[in-house]
Amino acid sequence: MATSLLPRQLSDNGAVIERHWQELSSRRRLYSWLGFGILFLALSGSLWFANDSNAGKFFDRLPHFFDFVGDLAPRDGLEIFRAMFDLPSPYDDGSFKYNYPEGRLYLTESFYIPEYVHKMLETVNIAIFSTVIGTALGFVLCFLAARNLMPNPWIRGLVRRVMEILRAFPEVVIAGFFLAILSLGPIPAIAAVSIHTIGALGKLFYEVVENADMKPDEGLRAAGGNWIERVWFGMVPQVLPNFTSYFLLRLEINVRASTIIGAVGGGGIGELLRLSIGQGHQAKTLAIVILLFATIFAVDQFSAWLRRRLVGEQAFQLAQ
Amino acid sequence: MTTTRLNPMEMDAIASRHPELLKSSTSKRVRTAAIAGGVVVYLIFSWWFFSIGQVLGNANWGIAGTYLADWVSYEVRPEIHVAPDRTMSLNYQRNSPLGHNPNPDWVELDKETVTRKVEIPASTTQAAKPKASSSFSFMTPGSALGATATAEAEARVETRTEEVLTRVVVTYDHSTRIEIADGLVRATHGGDTLVMAVDGAETVSPQGALPTWATQKRPGEKIVLAFGATGWAEVEGDEVSVRNRFFGWANFLFDTNSPFFGKSYGEVVSLITSDERLDPKRSNLSLAWNNILYNAEWQHLDVWTKLLQTVVMAFVGTLFASLIAFPLCFLAARNITPSFMTNQLVKRFFDFLRSVDMFIWALFFTRAFGPGPLAGISAIFFTDTGTLGKLYSEALENIDDKQREGVKSVGAAPLAVQRFGVLPQVLPVFASQALYFWESNTRSATIIGAVGAGGIGLKLWEAMRTNSDWENVAYMVLLILLVVFIFDSISNACRSRLMGSKAH
Repeated sequence: MATSLLPRQLSDNGAVIERHWQELSSRRRLYSWLGFGILFLALSGSLWFANDSNAGKFFDRLPHFFDFVGDLAPRDGLEIFRAMFDLPSPYDDGSFKYNYPEGRLYLTESFYIPEYVHKMLETVNIAIFSTVIGTALGFVLCFLAARNLMPNPWIRGLVRRVMEILRAFPEVVIAGFFLAILSLGPIPAIAAVSIHTIGALGKLFYEVVENADMKPDEGLRAAGGNWIERVWFGMVPQVLPNFTSYFLLRLEINVRASTIIGAVGGGGIGELLRLSIGQGHQAKTLAIVILLFATIFAVDQFSAWLRRRLVGEQAFQLAQ
Repeated sequence: MTTTRLNPMEMDAIASRHPELLKSSTSKRVRTAAIAGGVVVYLIFSWWFFSIGQVLGNANWGIAGTYLADWVSYEVRPEIHVAPDRTMSLNYQRNSPLGHNPNPDWVELDKETVTRKVEIPASTTQAAKPKASSSFSFMTPGSALGATATAEAEARVETRTEEVLTRVVVTYDHSTRIEIADGLVRATHGGDTLVMAVDGAETVSPQGALPTWATQKRPGEKIVLAFGATGWAEVEGDEVSVRNRFFGWANFLFDTNSPFFGKSYGEVVSLITSDERLDPKRSNLSLAWNNILYNAEWQHLDVWTKLLQTVVMAFVGTLFASLIAFPLCFLAARNITPSFMTNQLVKRFFDFLRSVDMFIWALFFTRAFGPGPLAGISAIFFTDTGTLGKLYSEALENIDDKQREGVKSVGAAPLAVQRFGVLPQVLPVFASQALYFWESNTRSATIIGAVGAGGIGLKLWEAMRTNSDWENVAYMVLLILLVVFIFDSISNACRSRLMGSKAH
């Protein structure tokens, strides 16, 4: 122990310092334990509340936890493959459970796109489209919200508040509202996801702009460039790699978001998955889950690869 | 004063000396154009793919305005039925926000008692209006509303003496009113007056040209009068439906069954403080509180409970996720655990948890645990173990090795090396990321709630599905925004204390 190396007897000043240090560390320890205690109380209270208000109780349901896994097993492994590619099933009895070929979308006489692949493409397309829209509007707004480009605090504050509201507004509500006006379909999902994207990307974008190097801007200002020229030639070239990186990151998030919004009525693969789990169609459920997993995984990996090329390792520090 | 303006010869000289400065490379120019063109083509393709133009064209934009207005206002809907003999009767909508026997001062009635023959068809089952149930037993178990007696009647002609209305005046605001008397409906709005004759059966005939605020699709059919924000009305041959819109949330504290309904704040306070009990079983204060909590229209208690569930889901899910991700990330970081196999295994496990996605986990756990917050907690826990594990292991791989080496060089045990050489560097980052996810999960918990994983999501979704409870949606959205804002501030404050000024 380190203390054994020190002289036993401390000078007066040494003793005072020692005592202060002891006091400080014991207070610190007290705060830590107090913090842990509060956290523990909050956790146990929360768990009790969650368990109490759940339909099934945790310990009652735990033995049956894997029952539904049994429910998910299809009659044979190939069924998953058939469901995914809309091939006829040998068990077909005319019910919805085995009607795989009915979902085919024929492009030509003989060439078709399987239903789930089609719906998956639709979901991914919803994500890409809304990310593009959100990026475009976030791009326009972010320069108005950045401290270094917009000296007027009123405009800046207004734009930031607007972004905050767009970001915090529950996506479900936007989707539900557009669902009430428009008919069922992908557009409510697009509206919901893009509105959220504007707010989320706008915030990340203006933080990038605020951290940018102001020297090109100064040069342009000295040469008499107007605001738009300053933004376009002084700011955009240096922030574009970071913007692209955030665009890709948002794309990853939006693929997931559009799946969920789809499940609550926005079309796409999410709705099919919810229906198929609810009706207990094992092979269909597994086919969709595998497809979804593969798509999300592929989008994530592709985006990570591209981001690493664009901005290097910097893209992976508290990214989101 | 010297200027830096160059003459053309000098410019040409500079340009010929440094051609690369003024001409961007061909590939660069082509690439920019290609990206811009690609985006435009993609947008056109998506316009076709989602048939956006068609959907937006078919949308019912008129109703969008009404739904939006419903967020912050409510309608009172008196319906004036006009009989062929030009007498009238007045009904309010069921569950009218004005209570059981509304008598608002913006509706003026002239009454008259007449004796006449009424034909009652055989199929009519007249449901006796439920008697206003004793408000004291409101929402207590087993208190059904007054029994509804149904009276079957044979077709017959009956002579009745009853009170009928001879003149009804509905005043919307100072410039808008509708007067109905003697089979004539006289609507005044913004200085124009439209007189319509109703025959008590089928046809409506306007006298004179229709002003801009009145529309009639075909002669004789109903006329719709739109008065803007103050409401509208529909005039049919035998009925005038009035929709008078008022700003605000109706009956936010006490619903129409409460004994406190329709009283001013002063009256409510004096009732609460008075000793005379409205309900002998409990004090007026507890009765008032109970009536607020179980308000049938706003369901305050239920909304608050569901919101608390959402908060709890995010809190517990994130806490467990960071507790599990914490030990695992040491195995995943290649500079801490130098085994390639272990690194890859744990990292792919994290990827798996993340890629299966919160939504799929939520659907599965809803099957396993039944709908409720346990499913939401588990879904958040599984997804975020993956995300936090990935972020944590990346943070570990970026640490400064000097401290570790220092601790190692004095002969510390492996665990002590991690404790004193690694943890102090990464713990603030870990905590900050956990806080960030706690905050962002509060938002995502709303969405997965909508598929049955507990919390306010489902309630929000159900309120929207009816298309008539938009004020409840507004209330819940406001509460969600408030909670998100509070957590945002708490988490930001904690994070900036943990990370110094680095964290945003």
